[in-house]
Amino acid sequence: MEAYSAVQMDGPERSRFFSTFFRLCGNPLTLSGLIIVGILVFTAIFAPVLAPYDPQKIDTYHVLEPPCSAHLLGTDGLGRDCLSRLIYGSRISLLVGFVAVGIATFVGTVLGAIAGYYGKWVDSLIMRFVDIMLCFPTIFLIMAVIAFLEPSIWNIMIVIGLTGWMGVARLVRAEFLSLKKRDFVLAARISGASDLQIVFSEILPNAIAPILVSATLGVGGAILTESALSFLGIGVQPPTPSWGNMLTEGKDNLEIAWWLSVFPGLAILITVLGYNLLGEGLRDFFDPRKKG
Amino acid sequence: MGLFLFLLKRIMGLVPTFFGITLISFLVMHLAPGEPMSLQANFNPKMTPEMRQRLRAQYGLDKPLYVQYAKWLKGLVHLDLGRSFSPDRRKVWDKIKERLPVTILINVLSMALILVISIPLGVKAAVRQNSLFDQVTTVLVFLAYAAPAFWLALLLMLFFGIELNLLPVSGLHSLMGYEQMGALEKIWDWTRHLILPVFVSAIGGLAGFSRYTRSSMLEVLRQDYITTARAKGLPERAVIYRHALRNALLPLITILGLSIPGLIGGSVIFESIFAIPGVGQLMWSAVMARDYPVLMGNLVIVSILTLLGNLLADIGYAAVDPRIRTGIQSEE
Repeated sequence: MEAYSAVQMDGPERSRFFSTFFRLCGNPLTLSGLIIVGILVFTAIFAPVLAPYDPQKIDTYHVLEPPCSAHLLGTDGLGRDCLSRLIYGSRISLLVGFVAVGIATFVGTVLGAIAGYYGKWVDSLIMRFVDIMLCFPTIFLIMAVIAFLEPSIWNIMIVIGLTGWMGVARLVRAEFLSLKKRDFVLAARISGASDLQIVFSEILPNAIAPILVSATLGVGGAILTESALSFLGIGVQPPTPSWGNMLTEGKDNLEIAWWLSVFPGLAILITVLGYNLLGEGLRDFFDPRKKG
Repeated sequence: MGLFLFLLKRIMGLVPTFFGITLISFLVMHLAPGEPMSLQANFNPKMTPEMRQRLRAQYGLDKPLYVQYAKWLKGLVHLDLGRSFSPDRRKVWDKIKERLPVTILINVLSMALILVISIPLGVKAAVRQNSLFDQVTTVLVFLAYAAPAFWLALLLMLFFGIELNLLPVSGLHSLMGYEQMGALEKIWDWTRHLILPVFVSAIGGLAGFSRYTRSSMLEVLRQDYITTARAKGLPERAVIYRHALRNALLPLITILGLSIPGLIGGSVIFESIFAIPGVGQLMWSAVMARDYPVLMGNLVIVSILTLLGNLLADIGYAAVDPRIRTGIQSEE
């Protein structure tokens, strides 16, 4: 565990953390990404406080009302307040982003590390598996699995995670392949460190930056997949509001209620944009050569 | 000769991948909790344990997994994917076969659209790096990356279909009076119906591809041979299109191959939005009906399509890059 002591922030380390943070914020695009993600997190956590109405409350006297002062974003076919549903829907997006990408990053890192570190047939086997997984159009694979599960939010997140780890695996493998030949790894090995020690305290810390970037960029993809599944009726099920299933209703009322189609999509767009900007910013920050 | 050997090697390499695809498809279906039969049976209150057992036997679900896999694989080679659970009991392959051409047509069209638009766009953005044009396309690319395709589809339907009433928003051709149309009119009718679906399925690829073209061009423009070409006094057009673009396109062919699954995957979304009778729509209705043979057949067929698409990309790569077909590999 001693290897982790360097990560603890005392004295100069802490000031380095803050200077890093501020340098990161110096880029206006990264900063706007950070702000968007911050707003999403804030909205998701404080949804009950922020939402003007109960998102599930049916009000048959105010069905399909266009945006007005009482309902800023209008009401849906059951008279539910769209703004409130949108605010609660942010919880799904936040959750999907973290859990699905967390699973994908974990699986990808483990498999990529094993492949890159051990090489030889282990590497060939794992990479062949990656190639095969990449042949499946992901959404078909997800749909095939979901058909046999209850379409709950947890199942969706797990399935999105388990079908999205291949990019991370390739990335981590490439990092491990180049890092394991470095002198400091050799030094650790000569001084008698075990494979696990080398992987966790020597190589992995050096590969964290690209993993972090790809995870951040992966969040947007996961949110888009979830919303597409929910839109198709095989994701988050009504009456739980998610931006995807709100759009299903938008599609059904396309000719009479434009606001049902416009706002949830805009929310998805802005959120995904936020994560992508943040991811790109992190990438430029960690590896300025790849800029452009 | 070199090209032939290269192809042979590639095709041999596809064989294990093919088995991997079938094995994973098979396992996904069989290891997923909730057996397909029980899902169907649970909705039927008259189902007795004996009937359930008979149904399981009828579909071979009572045999060990490897026996089921071998039997299924043997069928697959003969394009026998079993029969649908739906009331029509049609053969799965027949169902897929009649829907494949539409899906392939739309995907090929959108691929063509992607290439025709994004390559010049990317080249122009790279040549005039940091210009207003470059900045505007960068912003558009970011927006296109972040926008859900089905939402764009809804907006386009709203705008072109409903507000302007310019384009039809569902189906492949008009329902009224289609039979009476002449050949030209029919083609026009199809075109009008395909504009929105093809555009929507292309949008993600447009963004990605123009971005990749741009960065690949920027990379190439920094090379010495470009400076040489300019120093020789070649006109800028020749430098860009004959010397730079050709080399910049090489990595793009690989990316083209990699983008095929995403493109085909998008079929599910735009086919169900625009009510297009393709494979994606079949997949969606099979999920809704939990029609397990159709699901499995679909999954395998689209993956094999992807595999073939990758092979085509490889052939393209070998055709333009002599290093590949002569077997002299440069470092990755």
